Amino acid sequence: MRTRLSRRITLNAVALGVLFFSIFPVYWMVLTAFKPTKEIQAETPSFLPTHVTLDHFGTAVHADGFWTFWRNSGMVAISAVLLSLVVACLAAYAVGRMKWKGRQAFILMVFIAQMTPWEALLIPMYVIARDTDMLDKLPMLTLIYFMMTLPFTIVTLRGFLKGIPVELEEAAQVDGCNQFTAFRRIVFPLLAPGLLSTSLFGFITAWNEFAFANLLIIKNQDQRTLPVWLSSFSNTFGTDWGATMAAATLFMLPVLLIFLVLQGRVTTGVAAGAVKG
Amino acid sequence: MAEVEATTAAPAPEPGSPVPVRRGQPLWARVLPYLLVAPTVVGTAYLLAYPLVRNLLISFQKFGIAQLIRGGAEFVGIDNYQQILSDDKFWGVVGRTFVFTAINVGLIMGLATLVALLIGALGKWMRFAVMGGLVVAWAIPVIAATTVFQWLFQSQLGVVNWVLVALGFEQFDGKAWFADGNSTFAIIVLLIVWQSVPFAALTLYAAMTTVPRELHESAQIDGAGSVQTFWLITFPILRPMFGLILCLEVIWVFKSFVQIWAISQGGPGNATLTLPVYAYQIAQSLNRYDLGAAISMVTVLILAVVLLAYFRQMFKEEGEL
Repeated sequence: MRTRLSRRITLNAVALGVLFFSIFPVYWMVLTAFKPTKEIQAETPSFLPTHVTLDHFGTAVHADGFWTFWRNSGMVAISAVLLSLVVACLAAYAVGRMKWKGRQAFILMVFIAQMTPWEALLIPMYVIARDTDMLDKLPMLTLIYFMMTLPFTIVTLRGFLKGIPVELEEAAQVDGCNQFTAFRRIVFPLLAPGLLSTSLFGFITAWNEFAFANLLIIKNQDQRTLPVWLSSFSNTFGTDWGATMAAATLFMLPVLLIFLVLQGRVTTGVAAGAVKG
Repeated sequence: MAEVEATTAAPAPEPGSPVPVRRGQPLWARVLPYLLVAPTVVGTAYLLAYPLVRNLLISFQKFGIAQLIRGGAEFVGIDNYQQILSDDKFWGVVGRTFVFTAINVGLIMGLATLVALLIGALGKWMRFAVMGGLVVAWAIPVIAATTVFQWLFQSQLGVVNWVLVALGFEQFDGKAWFADGNSTFAIIVLLIVWQSVPFAALTLYAAMTTVPRELHESAQIDGAGSVQTFWLITFPILRPMFGLILCLEVIWVFKSFVQIWAISQGGPGNATLTLPVYAYQIAQSLNRYDLGAAISMVTVLILAVVLLAYFRQMFKEEGEL
């Protein structure tokens, strides 16, 4: 019995260690954001919030163009996700509910597209954007983010669609609905949770994207997005680490909220998207 | 999977079937699926296939700042490839990319497996807490995580130096981590591992819960320790899952760009210069888009090999599309 007890204590100690290491950087970021500058620059750091201040958030929010970047990021991410949701819905229905020549090839194409190494497309995208006069324009980023999220959206929606018995639609059609009405009244409500979680994942991808935003928005600084702004914090805040951490915290908030909402689906959703067809 | 035909395109109903099938125009019904996937195909063609082909073309052209502005790039055959392949710096970068990938993926797989086993052995509340912590580490955006790590390792005010000095390692007083190649490399590895372990660990844990308990129990009755149980029972059953996660992590780590670019841009010296960063750097600082494109093509080729392994594994798993 004693060995079992000591084993449990060891396990829990290790678990606390794992917990500490996963949380600490995030904790330190949020803590720094709320610390008065005097404490940030103190010889001995304090590990608990003793004096809380909102000054750094004030600095971050009042920084040049903060709201513009916030709006840019939000608009680009949301429009990319909506676009990809509509396009993916159509494709997922065709793949999940119809038989047609070339279906297998299409699915294979989507799988391959899902694994595209986007980092390798930076240079041609820059050249194409220049050719088509799309440099420094948010719609270009929207299109790229739409394509980044589209394959994943199709694959996951197809998975959700597979889980909805086709008999329901057939029954509706017997009752006189046409195919479209059957989809709208029966399948769509059942698909809604799937649509929501998939689009939230897409939103995170677009919200966090840095490389293309950094490359394609050069001259027109009003078109920058939050990740680019955050990476150049040293130009904005110099060595004001409090303000930098406040900005990073604000940037993280929407993503963290989404993850909390999707808690149960996070692993299954991503695993399904990555592994399951 | 039972493929269900779209009702509109269904053949005439079987005699005696109570369902009256309303037949739309057969042609319209036949064309419909193609119309539904058309936006996806067009999008993929223009935003994915075309850039990839364009990249291939640029890599065979002379393409610098002049061609970018005026257009009219001329083909130079395999000159660009010859130039990068005969460059020692390029081979150094390739070697570094492989080492970087091996170190990261080795650490990620090892730690993720241990953490997954740990989660499985914990009580309900502690399991919930650890999983929550992992999700937080996973959820933080890459660029925010990168910024935080720069702050953690800051030389004068960074908490890491303070802790190390407090533990008695005086040499870390004011250590400038990002001025040295090896320590910058180590921090980037730490950052990537910290952000990647949660996905692998949670996915592996989810997979481990599918292994029947009886197998474990009978192994323990036969006197196998927990290490043996893992290697004899859990690992063989979950081998495909391990294979898939391994492939994914290799792909993700190999092409990691943002962390390196935001922290060191490949420096100091060339200590953190990997293939994706090198391609970007050459294109951006020297305006040699042609060489950058050639390096990108090499990256794509290497990744394609890993991808093939991944797909083979996946189709073996799925058995169907």
